[in-house]
Amino acid sequence: MTEAAPIVRLTGLRLDRGSHTVLRDINLQVPRGGITAVLGPSGSGKSTLLAAITGELEAAAGSVEVLGQPVPQGKRALLQLRQRVGMLLQGNGLLTDLTAAENVALPLRAHTDLPDAVIRTLVLMKLHAVGLRAVADAYPRELSGGMARRVALARALALDPPLMLYDEPLSGLDPIASGVVMSLVRRLNDTLGLTSIVVTHHVHETLPIADHAIVIANGGIVFSGSPHELEASRDPLVQQFLRGEPDGPIAFDAELRGETE
Amino acid sequence: MAFVDATRSLGRAGLFTLSVLRASAPTADFFRELTREIYKIGARSLPIIAVGGAFVGLSITLLGYRALETYGASNQVSAMLGLGLYRELGPVLTALLFIGRAGSSIAAELGLMRATDQITALGLMGIDPVGKAVAPRFWAAVLSVPLLTAIFCSLAITASYFESVHVIGLDAGTFWQVLKDAVDFSDDFMMAFVKSAVFGGTAALVASYVGYHAEPTIEGTSLATTKAVVNASLLVLMFNFVMSALLFK
Repeated sequence: MTEAAPIVRLTGLRLDRGSHTVLRDINLQVPRGGITAVLGPSGSGKSTLLAAITGELEAAAGSVEVLGQPVPQGKRALLQLRQRVGMLLQGNGLLTDLTAAENVALPLRAHTDLPDAVIRTLVLMKLHAVGLRAVADAYPRELSGGMARRVALARALALDPPLMLYDEPLSGLDPIASGVVMSLVRRLNDTLGLTSIVVTHHVHETLPIADHAIVIANGGIVFSGSPHELEASRDPLVQQFLRGEPDGPIAFDAELRGETE
Repeated sequence: MAFVDATRSLGRAGLFTLSVLRASAPTADFFRELTREIYKIGARSLPIIAVGGAFVGLSITLLGYRALETYGASNQVSAMLGLGLYRELGPVLTALLFIGRAGSSIAAELGLMRATDQITALGLMGIDPVGKAVAPRFWAAVLSVPLLTAIFCSLAITASYFESVHVIGLDAGTFWQVLKDAVDFSDDFMMAFVKSAVFGGTAALVASYVGYHAEPTIEGTSLATTKAVVNASLLVLMFNFVMSALLFK
């Protein structure tokens, strides 16, 4: 595998939820080192695509390769692969009976034999990287939405994964918190040499930090290119999404669209 | 169709049990979680178990005294109490109280963990959610319920002693001697521990299974809590009959 090999490669992918096909004929190569924004309206299948990359959802057809290897089906192999993939969930997924520091320490304790003192130092470094060293001993319920999101980000980065996945990182955040989170995504990606995939419908906050953009709608990829190309696109479907118009090629009614996430 | 569904559910529950046992690796993290769970579901159940035990002891003593007095055998009340407690009532009632107090909370906690993406997050961090969230609760129940049963029985006998000796007026020495002669250490006392461990494990497995697989909604969590209490209670009563039939002569 060369350095130029894509970090994620989807080939002829079809994803089903039950008997319903959410995405079909997906061909995508995510290059190493940049930030790829996966955009699309709610219910278009963006999170389903992430579920396939993390191995939560098995492909109905086609293949998914992550970090140069096919996503394994076996539980043990899958858990090992996930140690090298950080994921920030839409709902954060912080364990509510653990403090911020204990949450960040969770993957370190599970996957390393480091002494407690070293883990504590690493945890504080990770929290410092997201600007939250001061809340190390606070419980998730004591944190604001933006702070909890950043703690979850610190936890996702705990094992220094080469690939970071963000599922709607701005969901439920105010504009200031959104700005903080997006600038963190860019800064961490550059300073830690990561590859990031950001799944979101927040187009205007995400495009400024993205290197590549993909738009998903109507069960497939309808655009792939640079953010500049996206903004310049005359495709009516892309235009409708970017401008947030209710009428157009993307059906607002879920039944007409025939998709759920 | 119902038979097929029931068989499928039973198979899933069996596989879940195997996954819990497989995920029970004795790591430092596991023992940290185990200690926390023993405190949460074991130590915190102590008050209800102690009070429950005392009142059961008082009730059986009163009932036994009235029945035995008719035959002039009122001094056998502690034998009746001891055998009843260690063979049946102690393990069963402790398990039922434990299910109400801790089984429901296990199901609710796991249901909420599912609804708030905590279980998903564990899996995505490469941590087996069953090993992290279920196995410590299971082993905490297996270890805690026998100890809670011992406390339940101790409180029941103590309460019975005070009622028998200080209220009814039976002889204290006779009370203890009859109890000692009636209850066999290995056949009764130790079997109560074995039964309790099985009941504790059953309660925790049922509660964990329904909580872990709950729909990620408020209704799903609520339903899981109800299912945990109902299903675990019925299973404990069934297992009690089977074990009593097999273990006691």
